Amino acid sequence: MSYGTLWGACRALLARDLALLWRRRGDALNPMLFALMVVALFPFAIGPEPQVLGRIAAGTVLVALLLAGLLSLDALFRSDLEDGSLEQLVLSPHPLALLLACKIFVHWLTTALPLVAIAPLVGEMLFLPGPVQPVLLAVLALSTPLLSLIGAVCVALTVGMRRSGMLLALLVLPLYVPVLIFAAGACNAAQNGLPVAAPLLWLGAGLALSLVLAPLACAAALKISIS
Amino acid sequence: MNPLVLWFHKLGSPPYFYRFAGRLVPWFWAAALILGAIGLYGGLVLAPKDYQQGDAYRIIFIHVPSAWMSLFIYAFMAVNGFIALVWRIKLSETLAMAAAPVGAAFTFVCLATGAIWGKPMWGTWWTWDARLTSELVLLFLYLGVIGLYHAIEDRRQAARAAAFLALIGIVNLPIVHFSVKWWNTLHQGSTVKLFGPSLIDSRMLWPLLVMAIATKFVFAASLLSRARVDLLELESGKEWARAEADAAEGRA
Repeated sequence: MSYGTLWGACRALLARDLALLWRRRGDALNPMLFALMVVALFPFAIGPEPQVLGRIAAGTVLVALLLAGLLSLDALFRSDLEDGSLEQLVLSPHPLALLLACKIFVHWLTTALPLVAIAPLVGEMLFLPGPVQPVLLAVLALSTPLLSLIGAVCVALTVGMRRSGMLLALLVLPLYVPVLIFAAGACNAAQNGLPVAAPLLWLGAGLALSLVLAPLACAAALKISIS
Repeated sequence: MNPLVLWFHKLGSPPYFYRFAGRLVPWFWAAALILGAIGLYGGLVLAPKDYQQGDAYRIIFIHVPSAWMSLFIYAFMAVNGFIALVWRIKLSETLAMAAAPVGAAFTFVCLATGAIWGKPMWGTWWTWDARLTSELVLLFLYLGVIGLYHAIEDRRQAARAAAFLALIGIVNLPIVHFSVKWWNTLHQGSTVKLFGPSLIDSRMLWPLLVMAIATKFVFAASLLSRARVDLLELESGKEWARAEADAAEGRA
């Protein structure tokens, strides 16, 4: 019996996940709306002065996007677990880590990339200084895949639990701390007119490392939680 | 087989471990109490005042051993978690999970005593300093492990998932440590060094080291007590657990 090629399996998985998302395309907007709402709360909470908002803009955008990503993480494996296709994925003869990497990629493409796309708009709402804008975009381009990869490992551990929302936050947020520090560090350096290469390179190094390790860890975690 | 190896293999069996740990626990508590009393007497009464901080520095006899223990117990938990995941030894799962609440408690004590000391010395309860922040993240990691362990119905699966999380955490800890160090630092550097001369007066050093050993015994005693209860619960359907329960009932 032949199982088809690895490339074929990855392509089928990508096409399936994208088709599923397209059928429910309204849901894909929710993380964006959430991030917008969170950011809109800050001027109400601390006053509308542009200097004050501009000072905290980059950090606020980062945290709002991080939280939006956290909320959407839960959906990564939920529907697959419910209809049984996750078990088929684990049983498949192809390397599970690679298949999971495909799933994480689709998840990043459909939840994190729209968030990155609205980041300039959100930054403008908080009077983010002009020169920081490109740095913020670069930071987000590097850190959102990192967040998705780290988050996927923790989701794999909580898969199958009925109410995993708060627990997932408890597991994921300590792991997000270094990413947030480097991302905010780059934005602060840009705001103070300092060179930004070092934190960006750190983020890139973290991304390279977790691109290799996170799918493997995710596969191991998934095998524990649905064994 | 070599008797030592044989004994080690036997120790992996829950009933044998249960009885063995039961014999050790009272001794460990006694050692912890006696050493703790000696260390505290040495630290609070015999050790001289600090020329700058006066008597307020004496909190380090609790604070520093707790900080050491918070890291030591995390390492212990991760090593046991690794053994549990690789060799599927039931006892290691139990030990790793029994260590987590003790470690969280030491981390909390370390943070609380640090805050109490920080108020008169730094003029603030809390500051976003590198060491404080990484200790706080360590506490969150402990709480995550405990939370995951209690959220999964099946005990053994829960232990394996939580052990895996502990292993991810141990990869994360140095990254957190160095990233926050780069981010902000106020806390003093180490004065007690494993290699090379320590920068602390010997009259202050010996109570500190005695306290470090005392906290090790507190950990060992409380770990074994917890592991015994967990084992009894895990094996409640087995013959030996029922026999133990009957024996306990007979004594009561």
